[in-house]
Amino acid sequence: MNKGKHISSKFDEEMEEVTSQVLQMGGLVHQQVERAVEALLTSDKAKAGEVIEDDVKVNTFDVEIDELCNRIIVMRQPTATDLRLIMAIIKATNDLERMGDEAKRIARQAIDLAERGVLPTAFDGIESLAERVKEMLNRGLDAFARRDVDEAVAVIRLDKKADKMYENLSRQQITYMLEDPRKIHESLDLLWSARSLERIGDRSCNICEYVIYLVKGKDVRHINITELKKELD
Amino acid sequence: MKNMMDVQDLTFTYSGAPAPSLVNICLPVERNKVTALIGPSGCGKSTLLRAMNRIHDLYPGNQYEGTINLLDSDGQAYTDILTLKKEADIIRLRQRVGMIFQKPTPFPMTIFENIAYGLRLSGVKKKADLQETVERSLRDAALWNEAKDRLNDEASGLSGGQQQRLCIARAIALKPEVILFDEPTSALDPISTLAIEEMISVLREKYSICIVTHNMQQAARISDYTGFMYLGKMIEFDNTDTIFMKPSVKHTEDYISGRFG
Repeated sequence: MNKGKHISSKFDEEMEEVTSQVLQMGGLVHQQVERAVEALLTSDKAKAGEVIEDDVKVNTFDVEIDELCNRIIVMRQPTATDLRLIMAIIKATNDLERMGDEAKRIARQAIDLAERGVLPTAFDGIESLAERVKEMLNRGLDAFARRDVDEAVAVIRLDKKADKMYENLSRQQITYMLEDPRKIHESLDLLWSARSLERIGDRSCNICEYVIYLVKGKDVRHINITELKKELD
Repeated sequence: MKNMMDVQDLTFTYSGAPAPSLVNICLPVERNKVTALIGPSGCGKSTLLRAMNRIHDLYPGNQYEGTINLLDSDGQAYTDILTLKKEADIIRLRQRVGMIFQKPTPFPMTIFENIAYGLRLSGVKKKADLQETVERSLRDAALWNEAKDRLNDEASGLSGGQQQRLCIARAIALKPEVILFDEPTSALDPISTLAIEEMISVLREKYSICIVTHNMQQAARISDYTGFMYLGKMIEFDNTDTIFMKPSVKHTEDYISGRFG
């Protein structure tokens, strides 16, 4: 991983600028997820409304980072690590933007559920899934900031557990629906939120895969964890 | 498939120089592929290229050590070109391994004569043969459409990019097997540069090509293999994709990403 300075200090500044923008965007998305989950768990319609409103900020980052990347590609023709960093940024930004959309979706379900007067006790499984996924996003962004392959692999490992949690949650909700068909609508809302969280976990893994690509130059998408280990050894 | 040329352990010292300019260089030139050499000024890329058709021998006292194998015309065995002694053999070598220089060097003659001159020297006498080869060469060098109505005009009237393509036509008229390009586009505008690059990608089908360039994007665009040289040594040689996306030597990466020069 080359961290030496370019002869053109302007090039260094541009790369730092775009990297810092991605991390700021990541911070914002993390905050959006956190607030959406809070709104869901506390039936806080006002907070959910804020999340929906703030999604536009995430979208603005998405557009601005793409523009910065375009400019760097056209002016600097990046190669090697620089090229991989730009590729990783473009892809990570896309994932972050979609995570922002998922947060917005959760906020919408939060409003819907609050209006139906669903009790927070129904949210047990959601809370632990949300904690897990937020941890994945947080540590994924950290791995990106520090170009830390070991941390990236650790986050990818966490995803299995998150998937399991989502599976359990679905099973639980299906049981509820069978027991009391009047709860179907609520259960579906809950499942949609859980699904959004699970997707945020997946996208955090994607970011970790870009970290590995960035540092090692190896494309580790679409392979399982055993193959991944073999690739990195 | 056998390599067209194979430079092995080449050490080259200029006449009177205290130290060699090339040290233990290895470079394969694969058949029908483009091999690019990159590196900062003075790293020895041009020196290496010029060793490959022994242009250095035009000045006395230069010393070669090692081997530069060139595949024989029958494609079976190799001849070490550094063992060639007779003047005639060396002239024959330079026909088989042609060279294009940085600045276009047309002869002060007509366009037609620029190409026919070398052909006559190599024994082509019949007018029909000359005409046919001149046309074929100009077509291969992508100059025919621009030059066909002015074959009897002075070559100096052509633009820089056209003159360079004329020089290429002149080289390929002699049916070389390898063409060496020494920064062929550094004196040309971007459009002429693209025309030459386009032509090289077509020439590759018939010839094996080795090109020295300072323009790294050019190396990335047109070559199949790239060698990075520094201070007379071959630092890294690999597929062009690998060199520009995931070089294995940090020195290479620093150079191609503009971190040192």
